[in-house]
Amino acid sequence: MKNSLYIVIIGCGRLGSHLAARLSRAGHSLVVIDREEDTFSDLSPDFSGFRITGDATQISVLKSAKLKQADILFAVTHEDNVNLMAAQIARRIFNVPCVMARVFDPKREEVYARMGIGTVCPTSVAAEIFLRAADSAPAPQEEIQS
Amino acid sequence: MKILIIGGGKTLYFLSRNFTAKGYELVIVNRDREECVQLARQLSATVVCGDGSDAGILRDAGAMGAEAVLAVTPRDQDNLVICQLASLQFGVPRVLALANDPENAEIFDKLGVSAFSTTHIISSLIEQRAALEQITNLLPVGEGRVNVTEILLGPDSPVAGKFLKDITLPENALVAVVIRNDRPIVPRGASQLLADDRLVLITLPENHGPVLKIFTGEEK
Repeated sequence: MKNSLYIVIIGCGRLGSHLAARLSRAGHSLVVIDREEDTFSDLSPDFSGFRITGDATQISVLKSAKLKQADILFAVTHEDNVNLMAAQIARRIFNVPCVMARVFDPKREEVYARMGIGTVCPTSVAAEIFLRAADSAPAPQEEIQS
Repeated sequence: MKILIIGGGKTLYFLSRNFTAKGYELVIVNRDREECVQLARQLSATVVCGDGSDAGILRDAGAMGAEAVLAVTPRDQDNLVICQLASLQFGVPRVLALANDPENAEIFDKLGVSAFSTTHIISSLIEQRAALEQITNLLPVGEGRVNVTEILLGPDSPVAGKFLKDITLPENALVAVVIRNDRPIVPRGASQLLADDRLVLITLPENHGPVLKIFTGEEK
């Protein structure tokens, strides 16, 4: 990996903890924020970053994560609106250069993608893959003969 | 005028009652089915059950033709997204979000959504009211950015007997009305202020303290 980046991850569920462990192992500086302390137990033992227990929709929590110095913010909690709010604050107020939010609702994702907030919609991504699988499935047999 | 209001609890109920009494066409969006049933019984408003930050629900609630959207849920992230969807997706001309966390009021403004914080409004009301006994009435307007204050000029007021034109006020402050013997007068430069006059002042939170000091002489 190139230079070490300062990365803040909001939400330490399955996706958050996975990203945190991978990026930490790759030599980046990590801060993980979650409202519930218990979720940090999902982090793998080779995670060497910081953990902050707090609500990411409170600016004081984001400040304590030194967001101003962050190179990347990933907002991956289970709540679309938390992710969208944190991502906008990171981009517009703390000027974090790379910001991505997970948004489950495709309609909501569309609006924010147009606003210039980086979004990933797992629903749309999964739907694409399923649809592609359906397209490339073998054609049905015309007649079944016994 | 058609207003969409999203939220629940007493705040929503009393706001809604107020709006319907004024004759506005009101649509309420609430997530809780049981509360929706109650609201529909108690108010003459359309009630839509669902997540107000879902564009489909906002459309069903008639966001497209609404003149204002008011988001007063207990969750700031929802209030922000509701207002952004309403203005970006449905072109609602006026949106207003409740910032439960007072620090979020400023943040929402920076993100392009008008916001108000009841904590801000109440605390400034209490602070300013408690600061001076002569203040008989105080009303924050314009989302708390402007104060309308009524004060009583005591006999030892430094401006009693002075002409308005001789009193130097900071920028953005105004003596709007002088009430003398129960008669309101809109003063001009040549008007004289007398003890026992009641003045209605327009100030901003920033210059409120200094302006009051000019009229009462007291340190805030």
